[in-house]
Amino acid sequence: MSTGSRPLSPHLQIYKPQITSVLSILHRITGIALAIGTLMLMWWLIAAAAGPHAFASAQAALGSWLGRLFLFGWTFALFYHLANGIRHLCWDAGFGFQLRTVSVTGWTVVAAAVVLTFGAWMLGYAAMGGAS
Amino acid sequence: MSLRSDLGRVRGLGSAKEGVAHWWAQRLTAAALVPLLLWFVASLVSLAGADHKAAVAWIGHPVHAVLLLLLLGAGLHHAHLGLQVVIEDYVHREWLKVTSIVLVKFAAALIAAASGFAVLKIAFAG
Repeated sequence: MSTGSRPLSPHLQIYKPQITSVLSILHRITGIALAIGTLMLMWWLIAAAAGPHAFASAQAALGSWLGRLFLFGWTFALFYHLANGIRHLCWDAGFGFQLRTVSVTGWTVVAAAVVLTFGAWMLGYAAMGGAS
Repeated sequence: MSLRSDLGRVRGLGSAKEGVAHWWAQRLTAAALVPLLLWFVASLVSLAGADHKAAVAWIGHPVHAVLLLLLLGAGLHHAHLGLQVVIEDYVHREWLKVTSIVLVKFAAALIAAASGFAVLKIAFAG
């Protein structure tokens, strides 16, 4: 089909990124990441079921710097998707549509995800007794 | 004035002919996942650096095993529903769209079954 010289509607990159649109696409991206992360959970559970040897290699891989990077990203994705998911459930129930409210809850979600992610990792390292 | 027939309105299935089942299941699993995931992450934090004995003792505990099975069921159901929407939004070639959705659903079922079996094996056989 020839479109000739008809005017086109503006493309996505024309628009200035806003808290609403950025958090919306981040919800999708973290959702996809978490779905892929279920493979990691499956692998960990199967390793535990397979025995001490398999579990030790799984723990070693997850404890390597690359494994920790993945786990850290997974933790942030989870807390972000969780907090923003609660925001979505509030919208579904009919609350929080004022522009100011949308912005405030959006930034609250970001702050909650960051604080919970770092908090969980600090507690995790504390549980390991500061070892490595 | 609505152009919908009385029968159509009563059935409430809309133009997609499937009603709100998908939407509703996505929300119900989301609500279930809030407490389940908070519990799961808190448990993982306390299990940081655990050896095999400690991990198996934790997974095999009856309460933990049941909650893990619920987490796997709700989580993978929620995941395949969400991925289906993403695929429907971005993949427009019909055969590729349908194939991707079917593969995602099969993969989610496989991950849930394999993970659930691992939990049950630990719970029943140690």
